[in-house]
This record gives sequence, structure tokens and C-alpha cells, in this order.
Amino acid sequence: MSTHSDDRYYVPHGSHWPVVGSIGLLFLMVGVSTWLNGAAPGFYIMLLGFAIMIFMITGWFGTVINESVNGLYNSQVDKSFRQGMFWFIFSEVMFFAAFFGALFYARNMSIPWLGGDSNNFFTNLLLWEGYESTWPSNGPGNVGGDYDVMGPFGLPLINTALLLTSSVTLTIAHHALIEGKRLQVNIFLAATFILGFIFVYLQGVEYMHAYNDLNLKLTSGIYGSTFFMLTGFHGMHVTIGAIMLTIIWFRVIKGHFTADNHFGFEAVAWYWHFVDVVWIGLYVFVYWM
Amino acid sequence: MTTAVADTLEEHHDDHGPAKGIGRWLFSTNHKDIGTMYLVFSLCMFFIGGAMAMVIRSELAIPGLQFVHPEFFNQMTTMHALIMVFGAVMPAFVGLANWMIPLMIGAPDMALPRMNNWSFWILPVAFGILLSTLFMPGGAPAGGWTMYPPLVLQTGDAFPFLIFSVHLMGISSIMGSINVIVTIINMRAPDMTLLKMPMFVWTWLITAYLLIAVMPVLAGAVTMLLTDQFFGTSFFLAAGGGDPVMFQHIFWFFGHPEVYIMILPAFGVVSEIIPTFSRKPLFGHDSMVYAASCIAFLSFIVWAHHMFTVGMPFTGQLFFMFATMLIAVPTGVKIFNWVATMWRGAMTFETPMLFSLAFVFLFTIGGFSGLMLALAPADVQYHDTYFVVAHFHYVLVPGSVFAIMAGAYYWLPKWTGHMYNETLGKIHFWTSTIFVNLTFFPMHFLGLAGMPRRIPDYSTQFADFNTIASIGAIGFGLSQLLFVAVLLTSKRGAKATAEVWDNPTTLEWTVPSPAPFHTFDTPPKLDDSVGFH
Repeated sequence: MSTHSDDRYYVPHGSHWPVVGSIGLLFLMVGVSTWLNGAAPGFYIMLLGFAIMIFMITGWFGTVINESVNGLYNSQVDKSFRQGMFWFIFSEVMFFAAFFGALFYARNMSIPWLGGDSNNFFTNLLLWEGYESTWPSNGPGNVGGDYDVMGPFGLPLINTALLLTSSVTLTIAHHALIEGKRLQVNIFLAATFILGFIFVYLQGVEYMHAYNDLNLKLTSGIYGSTFFMLTGFHGMHVTIGAIMLTIIWFRVIKGHFTADNHFGFEAVAWYWHFVDVVWIGLYVFVYWM
Repeated sequence: MTTAVADTLEEHHDDHGPAKGIGRWLFSTNHKDIGTMYLVFSLCMFFIGGAMAMVIRSELAIPGLQFVHPEFFNQMTTMHALIMVFGAVMPAFVGLANWMIPLMIGAPDMALPRMNNWSFWILPVAFGILLSTLFMPGGAPAGGWTMYPPLVLQTGDAFPFLIFSVHLMGISSIMGSINVIVTIINMRAPDMTLLKMPMFVWTWLITAYLLIAVMPVLAGAVTMLLTDQFFGTSFFLAAGGGDPVMFQHIFWFFGHPEVYIMILPAFGVVSEIIPTFSRKPLFGHDSMVYAASCIAFLSFIVWAHHMFTVGMPFTGQLFFMFATMLIAVPTGVKIFNWVATMWRGAMTFETPMLFSLAFVFLFTIGGFSGLMLALAPADVQYHDTYFVVAHFHYVLVPGSVFAIMAGAYYWLPKWTGHMYNETLGKIHFWTSTIFVNLTFFPMHFLGLAGMPRRIPDYSTQFADFNTIASIGAIGFGLSQLLFVAVLLTSKRGAKATAEVWDNPTTLEWTVPSPAPFHTFDTPPKLDDSVGFH
């Protein structure tokens, strides 16, 4: 096993995974588009694209893990990975910002204006007579029909507790890794992704409840739109995060990480904390206020 | 698995030349090869988008409908914009960044070379999908590149393809930007402090930050369009409590930083070229850095000046008007510094310098018409007229595109190892400059007289200026073939020295021309002559 020293730069050899990824994206995007346009084969093209993407991700990460385990990377490469992950998470934050922006705009601008606020007296009188602005709202057209609001207590509160606890267990696992307590890492990391998967499951239960009992749907006006798009994208990120944590768990068992060299672990941990922070924003602004 | 890694190790150590065949390009991890691919891709898109502009100008050459259906005309304006913005200008700057940033900061390559390759290879997929919409039932998107609902929701089968191609462009830009930032922060030669960095590197650092901040917002906005169309959400539906105007807010929160994404690297290129051909260091290097940072910050709080006529509270109009005009201050700093760099310099006028000088003049014209548009009460008159078209084409064509051309001529000897044909370059410059003004200057008058944009026909009172603009456009389009001629003959010129120009100061001129496949395997030592003080 050779180790690359810090006084020489490391440049990786060529790789076919990027092009495989592009082909995967091509099938995925063309598949989804044709499917949405109502052509049945689109669904299968989409699945094929998805499969290629999974194949690419496993292959690409596999290559990088092999190179890392075999000591090809120096501390500069490690720093590049860290900074890259940081900026990736920043881009994710901005993606959620767009949807939070939509939520705030709807609550503070469009709904009050439809109710005649500011200088919109005639908007209300001529177009939406009798509509009084409130939040939550499915708009003056009562789009999606009457519904009940998803309150902040019950499942959402339990989910908040689960996710916050999972951040704590993850931090304990991280400290244990630094101190070399292998068993403790295994247990607390497992606890973290199990809590994550329970969260996803309960979110599913909550969605069933919303659809079946509350008549609260994606189509329930702007409230339904923002509720399901925000919690949906968040849930998707939790799912991805929990899968990543599971993989990291297996990697811990295989002994991939040392006390001072465990970027993969930390990257996923950052991601998990990011998902956690987004949830706090969701809980406050979507469920609670 | 272990043997595979051993092979990898071998391969790495022996990897001192380019791979053979198509694999060199498909599997590349070399910043120079990837930079070349970006630049060639961008040039192809420039001609495809340019051909669409030719369709537009041919139709508008005389009043009445002659060549194309109005629906197809609208597809042309929409696709021309999308292709030029995301396919030509942005990839050209990413190509320059790929080629030059590692050379300018003494790095061996980009920080994340494989991701770099993926950033590029997503683009052909994205634009393949986008261009394929021209052949779909209902045609290509025709609602304008801004994709405003509810109009864009009337797009035919092309609609989801439009959305997903925008997603792909965004993914590509974000990955490219992450790479640029990490390269600049983490891969600089040990003595290259932040304020010693060349301006091109600085402007790209700021641009990359803007890209990571706003491309995901665009992705969010088009995702909302998609769910509104197919999954029954109400983001842009007033009956459901949403608002079509909300799309415009989210879009322009992306859109305004986006216009600085297309001009900041241009500032950087020009800030490299003017000192070289004035034989003086850049005047006020640090103030240029601060000015670019100010522009970047302000770009986040001016978006609604694109929407003065759509309806917003009076205080909103005031705020966005004043914030927008504030941008004139840092931009003025930059223009002042370029002029002060030239002041009493021993100037010569090779093609890169000519393009840069034209940039300073003509971009300033575009900047001033921008100030006029920033005035909320005046904008009510100018909005959606050819005055707007004149404004943004002045900042994008003799602005961004001229800076790209200037950069290409400036660094071409470093890329090919040969001097390009200077005479041909100068002819390219003069024809481009004359025709670009012939095309876009009359549009100011058309707009002030009230000619609306995005229409295939117009009142006969606008005929003369439109004919002049169309002649200019055809001339400008043909002039660009000269650039292709310059590129095709670029290997025939005299051998270039490492320095190429007269005592340029940045690091890329310390490596041989053409730059070897791998440069700076070990960190270079900087002497006092490098960088700015």
C-alpha cells in the first residue's frame, strides 16, 4: 500500500463513470418526459435510466472508496472532498429556499392580496367576492375541496423528536469513531439510520392519514402544494440520507474508517444534520405557525 | 479488487500523455481537454443559436409575414435565448475557467477532475433534449426563455423536456461551480495568497458562488411549473391561492444573479488583457475585487426591476429601483480602473486588446441603458420593447461574447503553440464591431418609439431601422465565420514563445506554449514578478 505524500499533487486517472452517468440521465429525463406526456414506454425508459444511475453511483463510489482505502489520496484531496460536500449542501439549501420562498410569498402576499389586502380591493370585489384571506388556505376557488389542516402535534411532533434524536446519536457515533470505540460506533450509527427509516415510515403514515382522513392532498390549493412539496422533498432527502448512513454503517464494519481519516462518514453526517435543520424549518413554518 | 487498485496505481504513475482515441475525450480528467470540449461545444451552440437569430432577423427585415409562421417565430426567440445563455455564453466561460484557472494559480488540474468531466458531458444531453423539442408535436417551447406561467403551460409535448433540460443545465453548472470554488480555495500554489490571484480567477470565484446560490432556485421554480402542469399543485394558480407573479419573483431571483454570472468572468478576462497590452499592472486590483463582490451581493436584491409593470407595492418599486441604480457604483469603479490602467500605458492594439477596448466602450453603453431601465416610472414605457432587447444585447454581445472572443485570441497561442493570423483576427474584430452596432443600436430607437419585442410583424413606421438591424445581424453572423477561419488556420502561424505577449504577469505564461498535457506536477514557486501588489 503506497501513500501519496502531501508535497506532490494527486490527479486521478480517467474514468468512464461520468459518461455512464450522462447516459443514465438521458434515459431518466427522456423517460419521465415521455411518460408525463402519456406515452406508456416512457415509464420503462425511466426505470432503465434509474437503473443506469444506480449502477453509475455504485461504480463511481466503489472506485473512489477503493482508491481511498488504498491510500491514494493525500490531505489536499481530502480537503477538496470536504469543500465540495459543503458547497453541494449549500446548493441543496438554496433548492429548499425556493420552496420556502413560495410558502412565504403565498402566505404573506398572494393570499392576503386575493382577500383584498393592500391595494387589491377590486381584485377581491370583482374576481373573488366574499373570499377572506386566512392561512392555511386552498385559495378562493376552494381548489381540491374542503380539507382539514395537519396540526403540529401527534405524528409531526414525534417525527421531530425522532429526527433530533438521530442527530444526537449520529454525533455520539462520530465521537466514538474519533476515540476508536468500534462497538459504540456500530450501535449508535445503526440507531441513527433506524430512526431515519422510522421517520420515513411515519411520514408515510401521515400522508395516508392526510389523504384518507383529512382530504388534504397535493391538489389542495397552495396549502396542499407547499405542504406536500416541502415535506415530500424533505422526506426524499431523509430517505437518501438514511440509505447513505446504512452504507456508511457497512463501511464502518468493514473497517474503512480511521480516527483521523473518515471523510465519507463526516460527509454523510453533515448531510444528515442539514436534513435535520431543514426539518426544524418545516416544523416551525409548515406545521406549527 | 486489490489488483484493480494496483492497476489504477500503475496507470496513474504512467499517465503522462493523453489517452488514445475517443476515450481521451469521453473519460477525460484533464482540465485542458475538458476546457477544450467546453469551448468547442459552446462554439457549436453559438452557431446554432446564431442561426435562430438569423431566422428572427430575416423575418423582421421588412414588415409583414414572409418566411416563418408566428408560432415558429416565437419558438425561435425562446430557443435562441435558452441556447445562447445556457449553451453558448456560460459554457464558454466554464471552458476558459477550466483551461486557465489551474494554470493561473499553479494547480495541476481542477480539484475534482472526474466531476469536471461529468459537468461537461451533461451538457450535450441537456441540449440534445432541448433541441429535439423542435421536432415534437406542438413544436419547441415558445413562451419566452423566462418560462412565465400560465403561457408556458400551453407548450405542447416539449414542456417536460424543457423543464428537465433546464434541470440538467443546472446540475452541470452547479457541479462545475463547486469544482471552480474548491480549485481556487484549495489548489493554489503555496505563495498565491487570495489577493495575489489574477482578476479572472477572482471573478470566477464570485461567479461560481452566484451559480451555486441561484441555479437550485431555478430548479425549484421549474419544478413548480412541472407539478402545476402534471400533478395539480397551485403554485401559480390564483384560484388555489397561488400567484403567477410568484413565478416571476422566484425566476428573477435566479435571473438577475444569472446576468452577472454571464458578465463577471468577462470583467475578469478584460482585466487580464488590458494590463498586458498597456504594459502596466492592473490599476486598483484590490478595488476590482471588492467591486466584483459588491456587484455579486447587490445582484441578489434587485430582481424585481424585471417586473416593474407586473404590479407590486410602491415601496417595493422604490427599493428595487434604488438598489439597482446602486450597482452603477461598483461597475463604475471597474470601468474607471480599466481606463486608468490604460492611462499613459505603452499600448498596442492586437486583436485581444481591440476586443477588450470595444468591450469597455460598448458594455458601458449597455450599462447606461440599464440605468435608464432601472427607473421604475420610465421602465413602464420601455418594458417589453426593443429598448430592452437593445440593452441586454449590448451587454451580452459586445459585452460577454466580445470578452470571450478577446480571451480566445489572448490565450489561443498558449493553447495551440502557434500565433493566430493577426490580420484575419483584426478583420474579424472590425467587421464584428461595425455590424454589432448596426444590429443593436437602431433597436434603441425602435424601442423608444414603442416597438414591442417578441413579435414577427410590426407597424410600417418601424421598417427602416428594422431593415438596418437585419443587415447588421446577417453581417455579424457571417463575420463569425472568420473566427472559425482563424481557428482552422491557428496551427499555421509562427511558433509561440512561452510568454507569447510582451511581459505578461500571470502564471500561465511561465509554462511552454502549447501548455503541456500536465502542468505543475509540483507546486510552482512564485517570484515577486508574479501577481499584483
